[in-house]
Amino acid sequence: MKSVFVTVGTTSFDDLIATVSSPAALQVLQSRGYQKLVLQVGRGELKPEPRSSPAVAVEAFRFKDSLAEDLRSADLVISHAGAGSCLETLEEGKPLVVVINEKLMNNHQLELAKQLHRDGHVVCCNCSTLVETLQTMDLTTLKPFPPGQPEKFALFLDKVVGFQ
Amino acid sequence: MEAVALLLLLPLLLVPLALLARRRRGRRTPPLRLLVVAGSGGHTTEILRLLSCLSESYSPRHYIFADSDKMSEVQIRSFEQKRAEKFPNSQFTLDRIPRSREVRQSWTSSVVTTLYSMLYSLPLTYKLKPDLILCNGPGTCVPVCISALLLGLLGIKRATIVYVESICRVETLSLSGKILYYFSDYFIVQWPDLKEKYPKSVFLGRIV
Repeated sequence: MKSVFVTVGTTSFDDLIATVSSPAALQVLQSRGYQKLVLQVGRGELKPEPRSSPAVAVEAFRFKDSLAEDLRSADLVISHAGAGSCLETLEEGKPLVVVINEKLMNNHQLELAKQLHRDGHVVCCNCSTLVETLQTMDLTTLKPFPPGQPEKFALFLDKVVGFQ
Repeated sequence: MEAVALLLLLPLLLVPLALLARRRRGRRTPPLRLLVVAGSGGHTTEILRLLSCLSESYSPRHYIFADSDKMSEVQIRSFEQKRAEKFPNSQFTLDRIPRSREVRQSWTSSVVTTLYSMLYSLPLTYKLKPDLILCNGPGTCVPVCISALLLGLLGIKRATIVYVESICRVETLSLSGKILYYFSDYFIVQWPDLKEKYPKSVFLGRIV
């Protein structure tokens, strides 16, 4: 069963939850072959009831200790622009749609999403364009994301503290 | 508004503190007491990635995070559990302090909550006496680093402050970054645009 996982991390993003679980979005997801929608709603006020109407089953939860399992079992991830969520998803090698929260102060999250989008690693949109994006996106054009190199940081630190 | 907040914070940080931020060189013998400032969600994920390649010389690791932070403790415990399989003598502690700034909190009220947070971070930093402080941008790292600078100024304990700006900062620094750019010993950025804008910073490529 092809499934979509939506994650808002530790924040709340009710606009995203409302949009992605709207009848219009569910219809598009169904038309693209997805049969299940799992929502991680965080601190949001909106937590849709589980339902299996008409062809897309909807599940929702607030937090889990680890989202790794949900990311692994998803065929598509829709995420807020938080660095943790984006990086974890890309490392699982899952296609990612990043939805920008325009209500956040200074909206610095836009920087990473825009850069990842510019480099061709993610699809990027906001709540008002999400449904349209889900309809028209071509996931086959997304580029894989090479892992970061924390070992370079370890080498640097060893040097500056005098271990080397 | 941002400028006002910075102006309000600066008197705290007097010029002598900036002088203290001079780098101390020379060999050091392990182990080294590491203080890690974690922050909800992405910040903790990133900082644990940074810690993942550090040798067992970085021990004990003292983690500090905001009391309103729900997820960091679980993430840190699971990270340390895995680490203990590799390094059986591995040690760590966890401490909470009042949050210095919530997302969307105004700059001016941030100054007040940061000062309040100092009441907790100063005695805690004194107790832990870290050799090295590693932080990556949650508001909580500002009171912790100011505390460490004060301890250095008083001649009690001089810690090396390493600040790693979050991977999500591509073109601009976070508020914590803007402050700690001046008071950290090493300031690491992960995108070339920032390196160009902030010449003192260190660019090692993407490290998380």
